[in-house]
Amino acid sequence: MSGAGRTESRSGRIRTEPPIRTRALTKQYGDLNAVDGLDLEVRAGEIFGLLGANGAGKTTTILMLLGLTERTSGAVRVVGFDPARNPLEVKRRVGYLPDAVGFYDDMTGRENLRYTARLNGLKGQVAEQKIETVLDQVRLSDRADDRAGTYSRGMLQRLGIADALVKDPTVLILDEPTTAIDPIGVVEILEMLRGLVRDRGVTMLLSSHLLTQVQSVCDRVGIFAAGKLVGIGTVPELATRFGEGDAHVEVAFEGVSDPATSDRVAGFLAAIQDVAEVRRATSLLDPWTLVVRPPESAIRVREAVLAVSAREGLHLTSIRSVVASLDEIYTKAVRAAGLASGSHRPSGDRPAAGGRAVA
Amino acid sequence: MTEASAPVAEPASVPVLDRPIPPRGWVVIGRKEIGDHVSSARFVVLLIVLGLAAGIPLYLAAEQIRNLASQVSGAQAVFLAMWVIGAQDSSIFQLNVTIQSFVGLAAPLLGIAFAFDAVNGERSQGTLPRLISQPIYRDDIINGKFAGALAVISLVLVSVMIFIAGFGMIRLGIVPSLGEVIRLGLWVVVTIVYVGVWLALGLLLSVAVRRAATSALMGLGSWLLLVVFGKFIVNLFIAFFIRVPANGTAQEQLQVAQLQDFVTRLLPTTLYTEASIVLLNPRATSTGGTLGTLGQYDQAQQQIPSLLSLDQSLLLVWPHIVALVAIMAVLFAAAYIRFMRQEVRA
Ligand SMILES: Nc1ncnc2c1ncn2[C@@H]1O[C@H](COP(=O)(O)OP(=O)(O)OP(=O)(O)O)[C@@H](O)[C@H]1O
Ligand SMILES: [Mg+2]
Repeated sequence: MSGAGRTESRSGRIRTEPPIRTRALTKQYGDLNAVDGLDLEVRAGEIFGLLGANGAGKTTTILMLLGLTERTSGAVRVVGFDPARNPLEVKRRVGYLPDAVGFYDDMTGRENLRYTARLNGLKGQVAEQKIETVLDQVRLSDRADDRAGTYSRGMLQRLGIADALVKDPTVLILDEPTTAIDPIGVVEILEMLRGLVRDRGVTMLLSSHLLTQVQSVCDRVGIFAAGKLVGIGTVPELATRFGEGDAHVEVAFEGVSDPATSDRVAGFLAAIQDVAEVRRATSLLDPWTLVVRPPESAIRVREAVLAVSAREGLHLTSIRSVVASLDEIYTKAVRAAGLASGSHRPSGDRPAAGGRAVA
Repeated sequence: MTEASAPVAEPASVPVLDRPIPPRGWVVIGRKEIGDHVSSARFVVLLIVLGLAAGIPLYLAAEQIRNLASQVSGAQAVFLAMWVIGAQDSSIFQLNVTIQSFVGLAAPLLGIAFAFDAVNGERSQGTLPRLISQPIYRDDIINGKFAGALAVISLVLVSVMIFIAGFGMIRLGIVPSLGEVIRLGLWVVVTIVYVGVWLALGLLLSVAVRRAATSALMGLGSWLLLVVFGKFIVNLFIAFFIRVPANGTAQEQLQVAQLQDFVTRLLPTTLYTEASIVLLNPRATSTGGTLGTLGQYDQAQQQIPSLLSLDQSLLLVWPHIVALVAIMAVLFAAAYIRFMRQEVRA
């Protein structure tokens, strides 16, 4: 592997090599395929979200990317190196937040970070300044000189993120970075991380099962189920792929309070061409949902709703198209993969760039 | 290490780091370990144990040593006698209360106490994944922890020995010869190696056993097995596997006895005790047998009028030192191999 890798880096073809790339990466624990033939590519300067349920294989994948766990088969390259052969080259460039991060209880937060800095060859004034900066970035400056043993769970998580940043990484790998952090803190931290990506071209891979968070911060997401990547792309791309060929339009009316009116309105809406289903709201205030098939008809359906409302004197108060949320995409992607697994269909489409094999 | 050098050309997307990899990650880890140990309760225990190991025998035997120094004119190697002479009839569990035997008893415990939670402690604190993801080799962690603990114990050991020497010179008026100082120095080195053996065992346990409490218990068990019952167990085993018929010839009996002797000598405890005696007692001509009380000391002096020269003694203990280092290396390698293949996750 190493010899070939080195030739590659001289040839120039790999100059555009993505910071993280795996080919047919597999990890077996006994009979269990924790990660199963994973082809993953994270591009420079993007935030990539790994989504998956408990036990899907997110942490295992991350550990293999860092060379912390031996892979069973397949190839990995991170920042141009094979983590199994050149672990130090990878580790000095990759900041890592483990899923259950811990610190030395009897040392202060600052002392903990100082130790990490030393291990990365940072000393003296340079190290102190860096530590001050990262503590500030995670809003922990005022507690920095308390013992880490006195920190709350969320503060430890923040310190963990600071710890991953101390080495000035080119790639950040964060395993469930926002667990235990309060809602405002999450927004703050995701904003800070996004800033790092924007200002310094850091590439970020984060794993999570908090779908909405991933949706708000990630450029692309990969959906993981049972060790396989069942979908990869931007959220709208995935929505199109896993939307089961439909789009949703939300409509809300005023004065649809009695069953008779409700039935009448439902009748008008169902009559519109390409409206496959009318889902009435369970409560009076919620909008109704029209399922449109094929999804391209969504715009035409919206116009038709407006026309019908004018003609029949309905008080339309709002109308909008909704992109399927990541929750739905996720559920559908996983379900689709479950159906496919019996027929040995390769799991999901892969991005075009993913066709190249590692030499 | 087998780690390859930096590649000739890095991919364009990877900025070249001007910051070098810290060349010796184990130094950084060792330094932190020293700081941790010195401020820990363990350190206090270390001070008390080694202090007692020096204080009690010295207190009990001081009078005799003083007499020896003044009465037996021309008594040789009186300085070293402070380490190997105990009080008359003050044996506990058949161990003579001498500084040497006390240190021999305590060294394994100290070794285990300073290493039993080295790796599993990091694991249970959740700091292991973070530590391993820094640009260091996995063996740096083991090396650093070993070096840190050994440095702390050695420092205290050397300080205590210097204190004893000072006590002997000032209070008892015994001035050491150069040869004696060298012998004492060598003994301290052998003692440090011996502590190293037990540190390596503690490290192995801390890698192999997930719970620190269990690993501490197992360490204590090994100590009891080897230090206290070692010889007994060896004899029991050999008697079990090789049955000498009741009407066996003297030749056969002798062979079994020799085998017992040989295996017993491979125990680190025996290796250390024998090496100590030769180094601290210039009269010892063989590595067997111990000198304990003043009476025996006098006798020995009458039997063998001449002292062994330093290089003769060294020749005698060289195999012991090599064997101790070998045992340490094996334990260390076992810990290392085990750790290399271990999952980071709990
Ligand atoms: N050391 C191990 N031995 C055996 N099986 C393991 C081991 N570590 C992980 N597994 C299994 O591998 C699978 C993937 O685990 P992994 O920790 O990667 O999941 P995850 O996606 O990170 O889940 P979570 O969201 O809970 O963190 C699980 O089924 C788990 O039981
Ligand atoms: Mg996980």
